[in-house]
Amino acid sequence: MIPPLIVERAEQLALGVIAITDHNSAENVAAVIEAARGHELTVLPGMEVQTREEVHLLCLFDRVEQALSWQEEVYARLPPLENNDDVFGPQFVVDAEGEFLRYNHRLLLTSVSYSVEQVAEAVEVRGGLCVAAHIDRPSYSLLANLGFVPPGTHFAALELSRQASAERMRAQNPMLERYAFIASGDAHRLDEMCDQTILTIEEPTIAEIAMAFRGENGRRVKVMRS
Amino acid sequence: MTLREIAKRLELTLRTSEQKLDAEVSGGYASDLLSCVMAKARKGNVWVTLQSHLNIVAVAELLQLAAIIVTEGMAVDEPTLQKANEVGIPILTTPATTFTVVGRLTQMGIAGADEPGGSWDKMTGQ
Repeated sequence: MIPPLIVERAEQLALGVIAITDHNSAENVAAVIEAARGHELTVLPGMEVQTREEVHLLCLFDRVEQALSWQEEVYARLPPLENNDDVFGPQFVVDAEGEFLRYNHRLLLTSVSYSVEQVAEAVEVRGGLCVAAHIDRPSYSLLANLGFVPPGTHFAALELSRQASAERMRAQNPMLERYAFIASGDAHRLDEMCDQTILTIEEPTIAEIAMAFRGENGRRVKVMRS
Repeated sequence: MTLREIAKRLELTLRTSEQKLDAEVSGGYASDLLSCVMAKARKGNVWVTLQSHLNIVAVAELLQLAAIIVTEGMAVDEPTLQKANEVGIPILTTPATTFTVVGRLTQMGIAGADEPGGSWDKMTGQ
């Protein structure tokens, strides 16, 4: 997706915060942050990591450097394989205008050697938020792959995909009660971006969002129905 | 057929203590998605998977499975083995793939949970 178009779509939806979470990579986050400059939109640098259990976890940070430092740790735990453009498509790195900068030749569409617990802990230690992605999906999700939330894992929140109903998820899985939910698009295309999560926060920072997830100091998070 | 015989014939490595090896195995199930295992595997089944996450023990305990066979030489962490010993779920490992292990189990007469007369019929009539 082209950075200026992501910003434009976010404004159409009146979004205040979005996160860029490419699969096992953060090489495009800076471009979108730059594209959002001068707009009333905060772009959180992040990543969607695929753990060794093939569970997708969102990693969100405040600053690009944090995301890139985390990316180094992730790249070191990916198998040293090259992407096959014919099978998975080319992996572009672009600038703020969406102009081609380079190819990312690393095979990203695979798992890191870290477990779910190791990713959650590492992201927390780095001052980020780890959110289990699209837990209602039948594949690449915490609940599908591991059956239930591993006890003691430090997730900041759990993400639902657009179609899911937060009420139904909670009714079917009483163990999810202690976790905050967000709902987002897992958007691979502009029309998949959505506006279902309402954060009540003072400013769009990781610390404030963490407070909203914990329901502290008047900060809140609420998921609207699609 | 007992777990002990299966372990011997498939040359599996027993990673947990010597308990419950003489229990009769009721059938087999193979999947790496624990949500599917929870829905489909049955009591006394041997479960073949390459997942080695701690959650496999809880799933096996919940369903009272006979054992977990972890394939492809996947490393099983100490906390997983410790928990398995605590709750009495044998974990066996092998460098062989899931395909190979299941094929050999079938040759030995271990039926899939969903086969006619398999564990599904006995347990739930499904």
